[in-house]
Amino acid sequence: MSEALKVKTMEQFLAEGKQPEILFWVGSAGSYDDRAKKISRAFVKILNKANVDFAVLGAEESCTGDVAKRAGNEFLFQMQAMMNIEVLNGYEIKRIVTCDPHSFNTLKNEYPGLGGNYEVFHHTQFIKQLIDSGRLSLEAQVYKEKRVTFHDPCYLGRANSVFDAPRELLKKTNANVIEMKRHKKTALCCGAGGAQMFKEPEKGDMDINVLRTKEALETNPNIIATGCPYCNTMMTDGIKAHEKEDSVTVLDVAELIANSI
Amino acid sequence: MNPSIHMTAYLPNIVFAILLSLGIGFFVKNVKKLTRNIKLGRDVDVSDNKPQRWKNMARIALGQTKMVVRPIAGLMHVIVYVGFIIINIEVLEIILDGLLGTHRIFAPLGAFYDFLIGSFEILAFLVIVAVLVFWMRRNIIRLQRFIKPEMTGWPKKDANWILYIELILMLLFLTMNGADYQLQQLNTEYYVKAGAFPVSQYVALLFEGLSIPTLIIIERAAWWIHILGILAFLNYLYYSKHLHILLAFPNTYYGKLTPQGEFNNIESVTNEVKLMMDPSADPFAATSDTEAEPEKFGASDVMDLNWVQLLNAYTCTECGRCTSECPANQTGKKLSPRKIMMDTRDRLEEVGKNMDANNGEFVPDGKQLLDDYISREELWACTTCNACVEACPVSIDPLSIIVEMRRFLVMEQSAAPSDLNNMMSNIENNGAPWPYNQMDRLNWVNE
Repeated sequence: MSEALKVKTMEQFLAEGKQPEILFWVGSAGSYDDRAKKISRAFVKILNKANVDFAVLGAEESCTGDVAKRAGNEFLFQMQAMMNIEVLNGYEIKRIVTCDPHSFNTLKNEYPGLGGNYEVFHHTQFIKQLIDSGRLSLEAQVYKEKRVTFHDPCYLGRANSVFDAPRELLKKTNANVIEMKRHKKTALCCGAGGAQMFKEPEKGDMDINVLRTKEALETNPNIIATGCPYCNTMMTDGIKAHEKEDSVTVLDVAELIANSI
Repeated sequence: MNPSIHMTAYLPNIVFAILLSLGIGFFVKNVKKLTRNIKLGRDVDVSDNKPQRWKNMARIALGQTKMVVRPIAGLMHVIVYVGFIIINIEVLEIILDGLLGTHRIFAPLGAFYDFLIGSFEILAFLVIVAVLVFWMRRNIIRLQRFIKPEMTGWPKKDANWILYIELILMLLFLTMNGADYQLQQLNTEYYVKAGAFPVSQYVALLFEGLSIPTLIIIERAAWWIHILGILAFLNYLYYSKHLHILLAFPNTYYGKLTPQGEFNNIESVTNEVKLMMDPSADPFAATSDTEAEPEKFGASDVMDLNWVQLLNAYTCTECGRCTSECPANQTGKKLSPRKIMMDTRDRLEEVGKNMDANNGEFVPDGKQLLDDYISREELWACTTCNACVEACPVSIDPLSIIVEMRRFLVMEQSAAPSDLNNMMSNIENNGAPWPYNQMDRLNWVNE
């Protein structure tokens, strides 16, 4: 993506004496991980196209602490949470959107108990709202007739019962959406959750992402769509393990939408 | 009248009353022990949202909604479950007959009685079919989830014992009715013509030509062994995974109501973090209302878990649906959510026995749940994906125990895997799990 993105920080909004429509919580993966950065850019392309007056925290954003909490470090989690809540409440943030289901879950469910009360959306929910309200329309038909299967991120699907928004978006691209045998509530994890992303797996006879991509490949897809930067990494690695990287692509739902506007 | 003859006439009633009180008495004793053990857990506030809790219990435990997610096992289970509940009406009649010396005391209900007995018989037959299917799934087909490493020894025997006992009880019930039916046909005194016998009339064919005294012996023997079997089974529950037939109800009532992804925030940590972040806070003011001894973070033993988690452990019926859905287990890792629950119960039982032997006081035995039962390798293999929680038909939450034990390892022992320690120090230093500068957080915009 070469076109310039319009991204303003909360600091800039404050200087202008304005309040954004929504805060885009980029998350650590979306900020630093090379693959996830592309998802952040795709999502911003959508926000720009729909003229959403959004802000980011930029250097004032810090890790939500989600991964520390799943690893058992409640201290570190609550330190991070309270620092972030101080910043968010200082800016009087009311609504947050994020491309990371882990941030989504933590901000939505675990911050309220520590004094951070926000209306939190996963980016697929927010994009769906933009389309439903007529602020965004899909014009290109790049994915027409393409076989797409959606891998449910655990912290979006099972953990928070968001199953429909990503699927409805995929259908709007006119892709042929095919479900894996295990999907929605019974979807298999990609293997990254619970801090596994940051450590070597325990001894076993297979890696979880290889098993999950096997299930995805059984649908004979052109594209495996996800809604989580960590799932994206795991599924991409899994495709490589199956030597299918030439015929199957792993994309975030936001990328499919960004390519269709 | 000779008083000794008088006594003899009432002997069966007296024997029955004594056995019934013994059976129920032992059961009550075990329930007390069970309650004491569960109360060893930390307190947790589950007094909220009662309407939703009752609804969950009605839907999940009474309505079996999560059982039928797997249609074959679900249907078979519904049959055994409905059979168990309905046939208990017959047990009520048997108990009254036993105490009062009557025979088929509900017989005056007439056509309705026929309907009841007929339904019991059909259910008993269906239960026999379901139990045979269950037995084959475990012993002939050998479904994966029934032959995992934690299912050897007692758990395997326990599962089969339950099936044998249920089979025998149903066969005794039908034998009793078959002999009774035959006695009714022979216009035997005392055997009132009552009931419909859609199944046991075929059992009765086996009894054709037998003398009335022989038939009475068969009928009485089946009657006695059946009711004594039920009392024995009642007392077997405490030692068995079969405890779920009672505990599924409170367990679904106290089950988690918040989204699966929401983990509790530890309150004592919140107090300390607030103190650290607010330099003007008075450290004594915050600690005055908490205990003098600093709270232990996380769990290394069963007493560190909350009582709902301990109730979970007693409720687990070792069906293994959690383990069969667990991504770590499916890829050959040691972690099995079912084993987490079985270990928790085994350790809790060990603690309970220790207390029994020491006048109700727990004497440290140099053992704990961590390492002696649940290994670190198991704990670190979890992806916190909630598949086990979703799979459980009775709202058990193995994940909460795993997380509580990780909390102990990390916060009390600093014993996380080294990769995770790196990740955590990155968060502390840079506000991200990777070693990047926080000032570079917005670089992605212009790349």
